[in-house]
Amino acid sequence: MADEALFLLLHNEMVSGVYKSAEQGEVENGRCITKLENMGFRVGQGLIERFTKDTARFKDELDIMKFICKDFWTTVFKKQIDNLRTNHQGIYVLQDNKFRLLTQMSSGKQYLEHASKYLAFTCGLIRGGLSNLGIKSIVTAEVSSMPAYVQIQKKIYLLARKENK
Amino acid sequence: MSRQANRGAESKKMSSELFTLTYGALVTQLCKDYENDEDVNKQLDKMGYNIGVRLIEDFLARSNVGRCHDFRETADVIAKVAFKMYLGITPSITNWSPAGDEFSLILENNPLVDFVELPDNHSSLIYSNLLCGVLRGALEMVQMAVEAKFVQDTLKGDGVTEIRMRFIRRIEDNLPAGEE
Repeated sequence: MADEALFLLLHNEMVSGVYKSAEQGEVENGRCITKLENMGFRVGQGLIERFTKDTARFKDELDIMKFICKDFWTTVFKKQIDNLRTNHQGIYVLQDNKFRLLTQMSSGKQYLEHASKYLAFTCGLIRGGLSNLGIKSIVTAEVSSMPAYVQIQKKIYLLARKENK
Repeated sequence: MSRQANRGAESKKMSSELFTLTYGALVTQLCKDYENDEDVNKQLDKMGYNIGVRLIEDFLARSNVGRCHDFRETADVIAKVAFKMYLGITPSITNWSPAGDEFSLILENNPLVDFVELPDNHSSLIYSNLLCGVLRGALEMVQMAVEAKFVQDTLKGDGVTEIRMRFIRRIEDNLPAGEE
């Protein structure tokens, strides 16, 4: 019954830990983001396995995306995705108006540039989850404003889909 | 109605698995970054400390526990309230020292080590060392300097996981000049 507060604090520690052991610079920033994303990927893979053990097979891509938006998001962030948009050709935009990992941060533009550090893990989480459901994707995130109406748009570009057995 | 209840219990279990898996990913990454186990242990302790100093505020706000009068009360609160609130387990308290300044927390099962196995080349890694840091940091914020360390670990083949807590001293309030 690990508490949300504990996970939030652990996540923040992870972000600052990764950045502390790196130096300044664009390259380092990218490397840190990759590290965090990869951690999220592993966790996402494991989590989705445990989570979908007993659920029914997914009918199609959209069904999987709805699962991510509702059940998966609720388990991880205690709320659903507020808005899902798609062009029916492989791009999905998930919008979260109150992203849990950023609610503790001050509102305003000041820290917007640092917000991406706190999203890397989550992007990896989604990518890992989708990967174990047979979907290869690229997940990116955008924060338009902190934190009360954070609009996190995850563009999921579906590259290729392995054959569903 | 029962399906709803089922979902609730399942989602609780899942969020504890989220924490367990995230912690695992963190330890794995640290093992890659630092060459030897001792450094990883130190890093986990430091991170735990940082988490602990913040977690205590969340804990005090939610649990409404009053000030503890002695170390025994502290031990009770840690085991019965704090561990239950954050990790869903209630360790037992044993092995009090005659002076009443040391005790052991016995965890029958440690949620952090679900799905975990220690490989042979990491025999001196204290996997759950984050917990020691958390305890140390949290108690320091309530004016208690303590030392916490693992003396038994199920990952290393022991039957239970045991954390030994030792009270060092009470920290006097050192308010910086000019405050209050």
